[in-house]
Amino acid sequence: MNTSLLLQLLVNGVIVGMLYGIVAMCFVLIYKSTQVVNFAQGEFVVLGAWVCLSLVVSMGLPFWLAFLFSLVFMMVFGILVQVILLRPLVGEPVISVIMATIGLSIFMQATMNWIFGNNAVRFPQVFDQATVSIGGLNVETAYLMSLVLSLVVMGMFFWFFQYSRWGLAMRATAWNQQIAQSLGISVGRVFAMAWAISAVVSGIAGVVIGLVSAVSNSLAIIGIKVFPAVIVGGLDSIVGAIIGGLTIGILENLAEFVDGQYLQIGNMYSVAPFYVLLIILMIKPYGLFGTPDIERV
Amino acid sequence: MTMTADAPKKDDPAATSGDTILSLNNVEVVFNDVILVLRGMSLNARRGQITALLGANGAGKSTTLKAIAGLLRTEDGEITRGTVSYNDKDITRMAADRKVRDGIFLVMEGRGIVQDMTIRENLRLGAFTRKDADIEAEIAEVYKFFPRLQERKGLAGYLSGGEQQMLAIGRAMMAKPKLIMMDEPSMGLSPLLVKEVFGIIRRLNEELGISILLVEQNANMALKVADYGYIMENGKIVLDGTGAELVENEDVKEFYLGGGERRSFRNVKSFRRRKRWL
Ligand SMILES: Nc1ncnc2c1ncn2[C@@H]1O[C@H](COP(=O)(O)OP(=O)(O)OP(=O)(O)O)[C@@H](O)[C@H]1O
Ligand SMILES: [Mg+2]
Repeated sequence: MNTSLLLQLLVNGVIVGMLYGIVAMCFVLIYKSTQVVNFAQGEFVVLGAWVCLSLVVSMGLPFWLAFLFSLVFMMVFGILVQVILLRPLVGEPVISVIMATIGLSIFMQATMNWIFGNNAVRFPQVFDQATVSIGGLNVETAYLMSLVLSLVVMGMFFWFFQYSRWGLAMRATAWNQQIAQSLGISVGRVFAMAWAISAVVSGIAGVVIGLVSAVSNSLAIIGIKVFPAVIVGGLDSIVGAIIGGLTIGILENLAEFVDGQYLQIGNMYSVAPFYVLLIILMIKPYGLFGTPDIERV
Repeated sequence: MTMTADAPKKDDPAATSGDTILSLNNVEVVFNDVILVLRGMSLNARRGQITALLGANGAGKSTTLKAIAGLLRTEDGEITRGTVSYNDKDITRMAADRKVRDGIFLVMEGRGIVQDMTIRENLRLGAFTRKDADIEAEIAEVYKFFPRLQERKGLAGYLSGGEQQMLAIGRAMMAKPKLIMMDEPSMGLSPLLVKEVFGIIRRLNEELGISILLVEQNANMALKVADYGYIMENGKIVLDGTGAELVENEDVKEFYLGGGERRSFRNVKSFRRRKRWL
């Protein structure tokens, strides 16, 4: 057995899994606090990557500055989507809201195709060193940055929901909008904030993925890939989303290993997560981490 | 309402007890554009006093409180006529969060606890509108009022009904309101706890000077603590008077206090047709 390849793939799995995890978190955040299933999640990720890339390439901004600007852009974009597209749909049937986000996804795909083109584009050299050595292991700097940023984002999510005023407000709104309003929380602002945070974090994920591989519209597939992660995690649990993301990331890479070394079927990499999803849903229809409601009056 | 030349100004902390803090004027509420629930509801709540609002199930008590708090929109309801004023200012269409900021706080029917949060988190939520608040000190203050809450750990959803009611009241205190509206605080509580809750309501009023609008099924207890009471039927007020007057009233005795002289079930059932209050 090729142990070093296995190890390499496991490390990949964890790093990619963390990215799936934070994208899944974005999805769950919007679902939980605004009851909207965001089918444009993948496009949000790609948009962040494109904006950052074009700031670097066409405007010649230093990477970190471009990164920062692209996050500001994503924040504004998220708020605009909520205010313009979704606010008028509050109280409409779920299917209308779903159609709206599917429409948004198609619209964003087409627009990005038009503006940024159809090809994959690589970031120019961003880091001085392509790899850093940690304890004898050579790790790609982009991977390291991906890992660090994922952890930072997760830590910030945790802090935000546990300790900040608006984080509490968001949780209260997720629990019951009328109760939240009765406490003086502006539900409209909470909704806008949920979309803003989700868009910014999606943007971070997009830039990181763009650094690791390349930026292209097909990256939006991550929006579909996080579905297994989200559903494994139970749709309404943020911790579940992270664990779901890690599970999917590791599974993908294990499938790649088994396939490449033994089975030689090809493409196991991309289907395995969905098989696992089906099996989990058969056993636990509410996902592994779906929180049971407290039954007490 | 008596308005003399030197009537206290709006929001004046020195405003005298007894002037009107909140008034409803001929308010009409419609749900889903067709269901008329409040049909010309009028009442006055006085500053520094406890005002009780009583009525049978479905009379529209909760709807009245939600209309005042601005919480009808989530249920597709709206005020179609009439005005709500607070400190002589029209707040009929003011957003719910502004009203909380201005000092009106509703403790909803069923307590409205966020059950998947801890007690502390629920209390912190109470102070949401007060950015500058010294949250820790105020939580300690609430615990002094409700020592039992401090002992309990874990999620608020696992508290008993009585403890949840205490938490709901404690959370209201965190908002430092001038007017607290309570929707059936004694619902589902044992007689001993009901007494305790009413004791707390009195303390809120007397020690903290908070004006209270109290909706209750337990008319007996409510009229005992209330300075003034209203009785509503079918979306409007049919009778009002001081607590003492209402306790003595034959109709109130018969239909809300369970006392009065015994009448046959037939007579009770025909009560809506008799319309003695109209
Ligand atoms: N969201 C709503 N949509 C339609 N009708 C409603 C709605 N809320 C209340 N109603 C109706 O309005 C009437 C008054 O309801 P409300 O809850 O205000 O009564 P209540 O006096 O608080 O009763 P209870 O003592 O049972 O709490 C009821 O007939 C109820 O069916
Ligand atoms: Mg009610």
